[in-house]
Amino acid sequence: MSIDWAALGSVFGVSLVATVALVGLFTLGIVGLSRQERAAAEGGSAALAVTGAYACFAACTAAVGYGIYLIVA
Amino acid sequence: MESFSLILAIVVVTALAFDFTNGFHDTANAMATTISTGALKPKVAVAMSAVLNLVGAFLSVEVANTISKGLVDETGIRPEVIFAALVGAILWNLLTWLVGLPSSSSHALMGGLIGAAVASAGIGAVNGDVLVTKVLLPAIAAPIVAGVAAMLASRMTYSLGRKADGKAAAKGYRAGQIASAGLVSLAHGTNDAQKTMGIITLALIAGGSLAPDSDPPVWVILGAGLAIALGTYLGGWRIIRTMGKGLTDLQPQQGFAAQTSAATVILASSHLGFSLSTTHSVSGAVMGAGLGRKGGVVRWSTATRMFVAWGLTLPAAALVAALAEWVCRLGDWGTALVAVFLVASSFAIWRISRREIVDHTNVVDDDTVGAAEPAGVVTTAMAAVSPPPAGVTEDLAATVPAPATTPDPKAPSAATTV
Repeated sequence: MSIDWAALGSVFGVSLVATVALVGLFTLGIVGLSRQERAAAEGGSAALAVTGAYACFAACTAAVGYGIYLIVA
Repeated sequence: MESFSLILAIVVVTALAFDFTNGFHDTANAMATTISTGALKPKVAVAMSAVLNLVGAFLSVEVANTISKGLVDETGIRPEVIFAALVGAILWNLLTWLVGLPSSSSHALMGGLIGAAVASAGIGAVNGDVLVTKVLLPAIAAPIVAGVAAMLASRMTYSLGRKADGKAAAKGYRAGQIASAGLVSLAHGTNDAQKTMGIITLALIAGGSLAPDSDPPVWVILGAGLAIALGTYLGGWRIIRTMGKGLTDLQPQQGFAAQTSAATVILASSHLGFSLSTTHSVSGAVMGAGLGRKGGVVRWSTATRMFVAWGLTLPAAALVAALAEWVCRLGDWGTALVAVFLVASSFAIWRISRREIVDHTNVVDDDTVGAAEPAGVVTTAMAAVSPPPAGVTEDLAATVPAPATTPDPKAPSAATTV
């Protein structure tokens, strides 16, 4: 019986890293946006936080796009 | 020739029925977390999932081709064998839906094919190695992989996101959940709708209506896509309730982490050559996310029942399929008997489900969940579904004149499922 441990291992590794990275990025984006929300409530703005947030979301969107590409291909 | 095309028609209809139960059964995979955290309204969620399943069905025919082009020459399958396999798979899907347990539709289908093949060609038709590497190991690996990923991800989103609150955070987690649920739906459409296309194409080739090595015809693609979308839209609310509320209580952060983990695992596994079941991945991810929050709990009694159902999926579907194949071989009337049995027992299961209705209006209610499930729910429900005794037959007798045919094949199957 040949169990493809390498494939299983790489599924485990890739899934773990990708999930944690994506969720982390997305959370950072959300943190950035809510910082802007707080700043706006106090009458200021947090341009850096917002830029960072959109960069995070862009990366996540790219990941989703890659996911769709994998499904279609 | 007349009866030949009739059996083909029966196989096609049964395959579409399986596809329908498949969508019905697996809506929970994509949408349970989204619904239970309130990211989408139940009806909106299932509608979105249905559309994406339909789109997914048209995206490629690769999976369908591996089924229809790989199997045919080596086994010389007859349409009756495929019919018997589908009967086993459909009945198991309906039974697990009735008791609200997520279980893999692919395993049910595989079990059905194995059972029918054994009944038709002997025990040698089963390859033990393949069984372990393609079925047993993935069933253990999927929830662990997805669970660990979801647990770490939800830990991290809680610790990173401590400062995230207010509208922006709520909106963000909502969007994230919808996006990852959408990916799961799309992947499900390409995988599972295509399994049915493959089966139908296989039957058409086996029955001589199509040349070997053909791609699935357009009407097959359209039919399979529509069947799975319709099933998805009607929503297996019982299973959604178990997955979204029964296993653990999910907050938006956890729902997002779980669904992202599931989507990643499904895509990674199918493209790195170690295919994992969608159902198993999502269930594992939900439990992992439950453990990832401080003070979060997993209801292990519900989880245990689910694991038992996973273990039973293949043998139970195989047994029913084997019996169905055995009866089919008695002749055309045998096939007719199996068809009548399938319709009658599906109807019976539906009737039983009406006793306690779960639908979009009460799927996220707290009251019934967890607490209302007594320990023996699987056994009781299965006993209720299983054969002739008492109440069930009376219900049936009142509406269908067919139950006389049911006891015969059903009794042995009940013995094992309980």
